[in-house]
Amino acid sequence: MAINIKSKRGLKLRLKGEAEKKTSPALKSKTYALIPDNFHGLVPKMLIKKEGTAVKAGEPLFYSKYNDQTKVVSPVSGKLKTIERGARRRILRVIIEADDEFDYVEHDILDPLKTDAKKLKAHIFESGCGIFFKQRPYDIPVSAEDVPKSIHISTYNTTPLGADFEYILSNKKEEFQNGINALTKLTEGKVFLGVDRNAQSFLHDTENVKLVKVSGPHPAGNVGFQIQKTNPINKGEKVWTIRPEDVAIIGELLSTGKFNAERTVAVCGSDAVDKQYFKTLIGAEVNSIIEEVNTSKTRIISGDVFTGDIAQNGDHINFFSNEITLIPEGNQYRMFGWLPFKDNNIPSVHNTSFAKLRRKPFQVNTSLNGEERALVVTGEMEEVMPMDILPMQLLKACMTGDIDKMENLGIYEVSPEDFATVEYVNTSKIEAQEVIRQGLDLMITEVG
Amino acid sequence: MNWIRKKIDKVKEPFQPGEKLEKFAPAVNALDTFLFVPNDTTKKGSHIRDAVDLKRTMITVVLALIPALIFGIWNAGYQHYTQLGEEFTFIDAFLHGAYKIVPMIIVSYAVGLGIEFGFAVKRGHEVNEGYLVTGLLIPMIMPVDIPLWMVALSVAFAVLIGKEAFGGTGMNILNPALTARAFAFFAYPTYMSGDKVWVSEATEVSGISGETILGTLAAGKDVAYESASMFSGLIPGSISETSTALILLGALILIFTKVGSWRIILSGFIGAAVMGLIFNFLMPAINLDNALTNFPWYNHLIVGGLAFGVVFMATDPVSAAQTMKGKWIYGFLIGFFGIMIRIFNPAYPEGIMLAILLMNIFAPTIDHYVIQANIKRRQKRMKVQTVKTA
Repeated sequence: MAINIKSKRGLKLRLKGEAEKKTSPALKSKTYALIPDNFHGLVPKMLIKKEGTAVKAGEPLFYSKYNDQTKVVSPVSGKLKTIERGARRRILRVIIEADDEFDYVEHDILDPLKTDAKKLKAHIFESGCGIFFKQRPYDIPVSAEDVPKSIHISTYNTTPLGADFEYILSNKKEEFQNGINALTKLTEGKVFLGVDRNAQSFLHDTENVKLVKVSGPHPAGNVGFQIQKTNPINKGEKVWTIRPEDVAIIGELLSTGKFNAERTVAVCGSDAVDKQYFKTLIGAEVNSIIEEVNTSKTRIISGDVFTGDIAQNGDHINFFSNEITLIPEGNQYRMFGWLPFKDNNIPSVHNTSFAKLRRKPFQVNTSLNGEERALVVTGEMEEVMPMDILPMQLLKACMTGDIDKMENLGIYEVSPEDFATVEYVNTSKIEAQEVIRQGLDLMITEVG
Repeated sequence: MNWIRKKIDKVKEPFQPGEKLEKFAPAVNALDTFLFVPNDTTKKGSHIRDAVDLKRTMITVVLALIPALIFGIWNAGYQHYTQLGEEFTFIDAFLHGAYKIVPMIIVSYAVGLGIEFGFAVKRGHEVNEGYLVTGLLIPMIMPVDIPLWMVALSVAFAVLIGKEAFGGTGMNILNPALTARAFAFFAYPTYMSGDKVWVSEATEVSGISGETILGTLAAGKDVAYESASMFSGLIPGSISETSTALILLGALILIFTKVGSWRIILSGFIGAAVMGLIFNFLMPAINLDNALTNFPWYNHLIVGGLAFGVVFMATDPVSAAQTMKGKWIYGFLIGFFGIMIRIFNPAYPEGIMLAILLMNIFAPTIDHYVIQANIKRRQKRMKVQTVKTA
């Protein structure tokens, strides 16, 4: 039996620039990059140290210092061009120059349902697919030694302009199912698959999963919300999450023996020219997908508007990103912005503006629309937080670093992305996601 | 617009980081951001943000206060001329009120904002907008004849001791505006209560009956006003607290814009009504009734500071309860205790002021228990889980 979840609280934003549902191959990217910062908490140790070394697609490049089984592999074959380092020799990017024809590392072909669980797990981690998993609590890479309580996937994307996973997976149905079959061997519990409750989709027929039919505004599509409603995390427990397209990569690895780092990226946002889906590979150059833009006028976001990172021309897309979003920079002054019911073209959930009455999608920019202030207004965060979490109290506990309180208020159940709506609505312009991230990091060092 | 922007940028040059007057940047920024929303952009996380900011929120409260303020200004003149028995026009009444009240508002803003700017410069943070509301509220809840220096002193006390001592905006425990009134009330009782202070210049004429309704009741006299006047506000009282009708208009603005919590406003009135009913029916039954206890419960809702307090003071988000359930309890108890203090202690007809200040102190406690419920739910879930796996 499927679990039905209907969420009421949250944020529904209609933004201009949705990607059209058609897919084209992206231009061939000359270089590909792996960015250790994409795996928060992972300290990279290089396996291939010499620049210029030839690498195969699927060959491990670095591993986690504290977790040597968690490896990050090259998405392409070519040669290791540069290991870009920052202050104190911290690795910022590992750049690979791609060959024209790819040479893959050959792995065994396995039928996940017939393979021994231990062997399968070792196989998945050895091939570099272990990095696709994230652990809750803390939203960090997983350790191969853990057996998670359950594994959660959400194909229901509620972020504004977010990529439609059902569309992305529609031509990877078999790989996805094969990947799901493999996941069932990694957990002692169930694999939960979040799907759009109101859609007629092949995903509803996925086998070997506990179907979670969700409807409601953002963040209903976040795994964090779905975990809390279906199988909440208690202290000491660990669950894993994985993004839908990565499940298909695991499925393909097991059926073909190749690590095919295919990434479907939706180009969206009001400043995007060609708003559609592009097929590329993990870590491709941003400019292989979009034209160069004037970044003082347009912001390139690798990821969605809520959780993505700023990218520049020449940068590479984030490991997990399924979107490139282009929206105007909001670095202009706005006169008398404090007047209520003025500037109704800026979306607002507050009723000090008539923005709610607008039917057309909004054109948004990156303006903070104000300045950071002390927390004053109460009640607004709760309106966009569907989880059983007291957002303001948890944020304050994180700010003061009160570990007992954070634990009591449910820090183990949240990740920064669950606070994106809170960050969006709050009047005092607090960086809620950053506060939660710091809170989680504090818990890692203090509690572990 | 562009040339104004350029001018301002030019003026701001010496205040940039590293320049001579860097320290005073918060003061200049405060003035600048009144003209323009700054060009700050998001850095990471949520790249887009809501149109609202604290300035807009606070200005909305000021807007909600305007109807009651304008009525208060006119009513000051109206009370003055009717009690004196002089003939007057609408303009006369309004001008008399403005002559009395506008200087109070100016003093309140000058002193309060002066201190706020000073602290912002000293502490190196931006000037918070909270005082825009507080500065208007303080004159609105004072008697019309209070000397300006007392206003100034009350403001200074409220901002320094009530707010900045706790760390500034967002940290205060008590509502600053009520702190100012409580200070004046206890420091200068002769200017804050009695039968001479509520009508403008009443002290200079003998034989005026300028008592508030609650004052009359406390003295055991008959009330000379109809419910309709109490509701419309044509009665003596603190400047803007008399017109329940216009306060409710302000409440509608606050509730519609969601700036004020409807939970607090509604539960505040419910609490007051419940206490009023208890006195109306219970006290006669045990033969302890008097003029105050027999005053109909619905009239309790429309006289004195109850409506103004519940709508504009209790809803101050900083000093109120912060959880949703907490707001219900907090509002209810304000109404409940407000009427109780009013009736049990006729010397303090300002029961609402004291009830709100009392509940300000208890708001964190209320929140604590609401939060504990959330925590207990989580702990219970964990216990069930451990039992299952064991």
